[in-house]
Amino acid sequence: MDTLFPLLLQQLINGLSLGAIYALIAIGYTMVYGIIGMINFAHGEIYMIGAYVGLITITAIGTAMGYPPWFLVVAALGIAIMVTCAYGWTVERFAYRSLRGSPRLVPLISAIGMSIFLQNYIVILQTSRDLSVPELITGHLFSIDVGGFEVSMSNSRALILLVTIALMAAVTLFIGHARMGRACRACSQDIRMAGLLGIDVNKVISFTFILGAFLAAVGGVLIGLSINKINPFIGFLAGIKAFTAAVLGGIGSVPGAMLGGALLGLVETFASAFLPTEYKDLVAFGLLIVILLIRPSGLLGRPEVEKV
Amino acid sequence: MSGNVAETAEKNVTDKQAKPVLSIRQLQMRFGGLVAVDNITFDVIEKEIYAIIGPNGAGKTTVFNCISGFYKPTSGGIMFGGADIAGRASHEIARCGIVRTFQNIRLFRNMTVVENLLVAQHAQLKTGLLHGLLNTRAYRKSEREALERAAFWLDRVRLREVANREAGNLSYGQQRRLEIARCMITQPKLLMLDEPAAGLNPQETVELDQLIRDLRDTCNVSVLLIEHDMSLVMEISDRILVMEYGQPIAEGTPEQVRHDPNVIRAYLGGE
Repeated sequence: MDTLFPLLLQQLINGLSLGAIYALIAIGYTMVYGIIGMINFAHGEIYMIGAYVGLITITAIGTAMGYPPWFLVVAALGIAIMVTCAYGWTVERFAYRSLRGSPRLVPLISAIGMSIFLQNYIVILQTSRDLSVPELITGHLFSIDVGGFEVSMSNSRALILLVTIALMAAVTLFIGHARMGRACRACSQDIRMAGLLGIDVNKVISFTFILGAFLAAVGGVLIGLSINKINPFIGFLAGIKAFTAAVLGGIGSVPGAMLGGALLGLVETFASAFLPTEYKDLVAFGLLIVILLIRPSGLLGRPEVEKV
Repeated sequence: MSGNVAETAEKNVTDKQAKPVLSIRQLQMRFGGLVAVDNITFDVIEKEIYAIIGPNGAGKTTVFNCISGFYKPTSGGIMFGGADIAGRASHEIARCGIVRTFQNIRLFRNMTVVENLLVAQHAQLKTGLLHGLLNTRAYRKSEREALERAAFWLDRVRLREVANREAGNLSYGQQRRLEIARCMITQPKLLMLDEPAAGLNPQETVELDQLIRDLRDTCNVSVLLIEHDMSLVMEISDRILVMEYGQPIAEGTPEQVRHDPNVIRAYLGGE
């Protein structure tokens, strides 16, 4: 048996878990865009803050106290979600809400400013150095021999995949069936009409930011536990990649964000398997350009209908 | 004319022994130097069908936009349910019991017919997000009731067979009916319809006429109407306000308005 098959298999595993993280972040971009038509460039920083809060939680509770690792993971996730959601809500409330209704560029600039602010805020509080995250999740889910090559999936990657799939299913159900999800869809189609029917659109928008922050926090904590180091700049590239995933899948479409994330993760890891690693971003963004040339509205996006 | 109008209004009020639901007082709306609407004063009383007519550009839709909170009027009062609602946010006005349609149909096109009716009840359903996440008994009960109300209105506007279709795929007449049902399911005190007969064929217009009257009689709702279809307006309106260039030129019953010289001049031209 040649070496290609095990290599592809291993990259498939790596690619899916990377794509899962992109997809988690991308949902935040796509839902906010769907409802208020703005790109929240600070969303990558929200993800980074999630990673930091997770690390702080783990450090604060401490491994010395004798709590089992699973407890620390759950606590890190729980606290990171709560704190990060508060950040997500606050960013919208103070940096974007008062700008609603102004020309599109204005909230965009505010978002970029917010992104720079949050990044530097963490640099000041936590320094710009890499911080190491304790290896709480060790071992491998499986490690098999395929034709003389070892193909393995670490438990941390397995957890990423598992949690992401569960959250995607929950988000899909929620948006499809829950009352708030219905209100989100109504707002994304016609926000003024939704207001005229008595839906408090500010609440819906706040909710969207909180949901986005929730998913990004989970992504941040899990990536910290998987890579075991974080710095204040991880949000920038991850944010751009997730944004790319959202556009790839069709911005405004939640299933599109999931598909785009998975696709981007796979393309990147496959590219780095066959090309020098530096080319992986080139391939990822190249793919974006090609897809936008062929399908300007993204894979699952609906072509924009001009509003009367 | 003015004595005539005041008399009619008074007669109507005493006739029906009803207080006004909506009172517009000296409404003015300027856009920079342009006065789009000026000097508009009228009352809509309980269970009345009140129509605003006038040539294109007379400012009828601007009046609607002021009432529903899209515009903050430059001056004047909009009294509804004992409070001045001028300049409030549109969702607050909606929650007071005012709901409207637009000249162009604005359904949630990618949602199903029944979902359109469910989402319109969002503000009335009290159980919050936490109940939803935990899927509590109270939440399930309120969802079931919402579905029952939706089913009731689907029957009422004869859309039950298409309940699970996307709203955007319905015929034009069906979309108009769904839009009215979606308004009514919010249990409004005032239903504002902006050219509901536009684009309907004569048969559908007759049905619409019947539906509006029916709603007024059974649902305890007042109707404020903008319409170009004169036969519909003359047929169903209790009173009519005629506007031209942002100003009121006549008010009264269909019979009075039909014979008003100002109205004849505005519609037929002449000096």
